[in-house]
Amino acid sequence: MRACAALLILLVAGPANAQTQLLHQERSLYRNIFVTQDDNERCISFRYPLGKGRQSCKLLDEPRKLIFHYTRMLLSAALFLNPNPRRILVIGEGGGTIPVALQEMFPGAEMDVVELDKAVDSVARAYFDFKPGPKTRVHIADGRMFVKRMAARKPNYDLVILDAFEADYIPEHMLTREFLQEVKANMAPGGVIVANTFSDSALYDHESVTYRAVFGPYFNLKQANRIILGRRDGIKPDDLATARKNAAELEGELGARGISSQSLVALLDPDTDWDTGARILTDQYSPSNLLNALPGR
Amino acid sequence: MARKSALWSYTIAGWSGFYVMLVELLSGRIIAPFFGNSIYVWGSVIFIFMFGLSIGYLLGGLYSRHSPSVPRLGAILIASALATLPTLFIGPWLLDQVFDRIADPRYGSLAACIGLFLVPTIFAGMVSPYAIRILVRDRESSGRDAGYLYFVSTLGSSLGTLLTAFYFVLLFEVNTMLMIAIGISITLGGLGALSSLRTE
Repeated sequence: MRACAALLILLVAGPANAQTQLLHQERSLYRNIFVTQDDNERCISFRYPLGKGRQSCKLLDEPRKLIFHYTRMLLSAALFLNPNPRRILVIGEGGGTIPVALQEMFPGAEMDVVELDKAVDSVARAYFDFKPGPKTRVHIADGRMFVKRMAARKPNYDLVILDAFEADYIPEHMLTREFLQEVKANMAPGGVIVANTFSDSALYDHESVTYRAVFGPYFNLKQANRIILGRRDGIKPDDLATARKNAAELEGELGARGISSQSLVALLDPDTDWDTGARILTDQYSPSNLLNALPGR
Repeated sequence: MARKSALWSYTIAGWSGFYVMLVELLSGRIIAPFFGNSIYVWGSVIFIFMFGLSIGYLLGGLYSRHSPSVPRLGAILIASALATLPTLFIGPWLLDQVFDRIADPRYGSLAACIGLFLVPTIFAGMVSPYAIRILVRDRESSGRDAGYLYFVSTLGSSLGTLLTAFYFVLLFEVNTMLMIAIGISITLGGLGALSSLRTE
């Protein structure tokens, strides 16, 4: 009972309780950035002192652990269908959580990390121990521009992670059919795409049909956030079995990062649970932020 | 006759204000797939629209000295609409060309804006001073007439901004909005010209 009350207080007070220190704040070209710290938890946030808007956090005494659901889901979903990526593209650096984990797990993999906001990259390096390894390159660029330029060089990524969306702002030019087609043109045959997206607004149907139009059938992974897990040319009939097998093999390595891959793989859902008649988002029609502000069905 | 030409002058100026801001907001949409939508891109867009309008004011004022008439005002509106057509037909091609040649998103978006939006904006800028010349009857009322004209044209701009940003983008594709707006410009310019010609 007392534990419940304590938890309740923690939830209500959020990270803005008395112990929260503000380590750093700056106004970048795109947003306000705050780095806050509780005794053991350091977070990068785009809003302060509200608890919402935390982008990424790490535990100081267990820095390898991923503590946000969506980062756990992104990382494990990525590896369910491609447990040994060689050429990786990450769009949206945030606190560097995903790139740090990937370069530790796959030191031989080539990785391009694209971040629009130079200040976010600086914060990731200064406060979140993001040190790009010898095969990791950070590009300060618009994700869409990067992908468009890269396509000519045929990079053949076998893993693409899209994590450029915040709860309250979507770069609309990066949620269109044309953008996803450009991403697809950068991928190797059978390459895997994972995207951190939205689940509870009117945008859901539109986003779903847009991904479907470009990547064919894919898996949903939902737990507050929604992760889309697909392949360049659609998931294969035996991919669920493949994912389960890989999840079992990854249990140890992901477990060390605080992720239960077995319980996450059980959430993979290949079903179509959206209105297939919804309008596809295109460069001509992309009011994603307005749609995201409207209630879902 | 005088009242009729005044009515057409206000209508054309008000619509032209609406039109410019509709196109300006959509230009951000058109450029974003190539150069993003950060502050640089909006800087290019706003610069070119302001610059184009300023040149238009200059030219519109000069042109108003040569037998000003509502049919010519209508023709300026139609010219602005026709100058927007390349955006529909060669816009993606031009943006591709610029994208391949200019890496810096600042100069890339600026070049794209010059190519697509400078000319229509210059024509749109010509409308207001030209309309003022048609409206003004004497020195006494010239300030009031200019005030009315600014009121109508800037009110049009403000509505064009809000309606496009809040509602139109949720309903229509970018090209559909441009085509409808171009159609309205041509219709209004043509009707204004015809009705004035008939009364003359």
